[in-house]
Amino acid sequence: MSSKHGPSLVTDLARARGLGASHTGTEHWWVQRMTSAALLPLSLWFIFSVASMAGASYVTVKMWLSSPCNAALMIALVLVMFHHAVSGMEVIFEDYIHCKCAKVATIMAVKFVGALGAITCTVSVLKLALGG
Amino acid sequence: MVEFTLPANSTVRPGKKVSNARDGKNKRVFKVYRWNPEDKQNPRLDEFEVSLDAFGPMVLDALLHIKNDVDSTLTFRRSCREGICGSCAMNIDGLNTLACTKPIEEIKGDVNIYPLPHMPVVKDLVPDLNLLYAQLATIQPWLQTQSPNPPKERLQSPEDRAKLDGLYECILCFCCATSCPSYWWNPERYLGPAILLQAYRWLADSRDEMKGERLDALEDPFRLYRCHQIMNCTHTCPKGLNPAAAIVEIKKMIVRRRG
Repeated sequence: MSSKHGPSLVTDLARARGLGASHTGTEHWWVQRMTSAALLPLSLWFIFSVASMAGASYVTVKMWLSSPCNAALMIALVLVMFHHAVSGMEVIFEDYIHCKCAKVATIMAVKFVGALGAITCTVSVLKLALGG
Repeated sequence: MVEFTLPANSTVRPGKKVSNARDGKNKRVFKVYRWNPEDKQNPRLDEFEVSLDAFGPMVLDALLHIKNDVDSTLTFRRSCREGICGSCAMNIDGLNTLACTKPIEEIKGDVNIYPLPHMPVVKDLVPDLNLLYAQLATIQPWLQTQSPNPPKERLQSPEDRAKLDGLYECILCFCCATSCPSYWWNPERYLGPAILLQAYRWLADSRDEMKGERLDALEDPFRLYRCHQIMNCTHTCPKGLNPAAAIVEIKKMIVRRRG
């Protein structure tokens, strides 16, 4: 390998060893698999429910969502979906962005936006479910 | 960001066209990537038109014919010519494989030959694989034990020995590692499919006593978890091995030891 100052003097073994293994990553990978497994039934339930209410009035949908079971499943869907999406985006940014500052800033921004999205959706579901 | 396009001094330009076909029958054009570090020129794609009757059936036969009879400056690695040394790994017709075991008749039209992708090029079809060799050294690819040496050999049941099938056959040609986009984007931090298959070869060995330490050295978001299972490695392996499955097995071992 070479840099703008000429051939690198860092040995290949030093490059390969780097800073060592961080002994992390398993949790992230495992939770990503768990969330994708959870999303399968939740997404099917959501698609089936929405399809069965096609053209229904606001009141009908509000009634449907005021059932504790439906509201709980809806919140679960929102939380799992946002968690899965954010962790997937994080992996993509780790793959492609090599500038340390840009990587940290982008991942932080995605996590903030994801958290805000999840909170907003949850509050919206609660408002519909619990609102008078 | 990762670089999706070649830098200006790496853009491949058209090269020379040479015909060595003796008659009009059974001719084939081989388009070969050429780059010489000494002439300070961009890489080029030379076209060699040759008669397939003049040499054997494999792509390596064609390259040897070109080197012997057409252009002796063509540079490539080769040794065993029977798919066991891994020297002649290169990108042929868009797929990483061994030139010595790739029949020309499997390729339709012109035969495009490039070095293994995304590695520094030493010259022509010779890639610099030193980083991969260093990464192989980091996983300590040898049997490690703490028990006192037995009086004779270390015994292994036929069932445990069978678990090494599909692993020990790897010839370290690095077709898989250099076909993996995750390895392209993070070659210094991700170990890549070839090294991880080797790591699993020792994790799967019933005689090895250092599995925990081996897993410790692999558990890392980059060293192991850059694998996103796109299966390029398994698709390209000229020995028919499955590095993607070996990587999954490593991940399962790490999950298993958590409880």
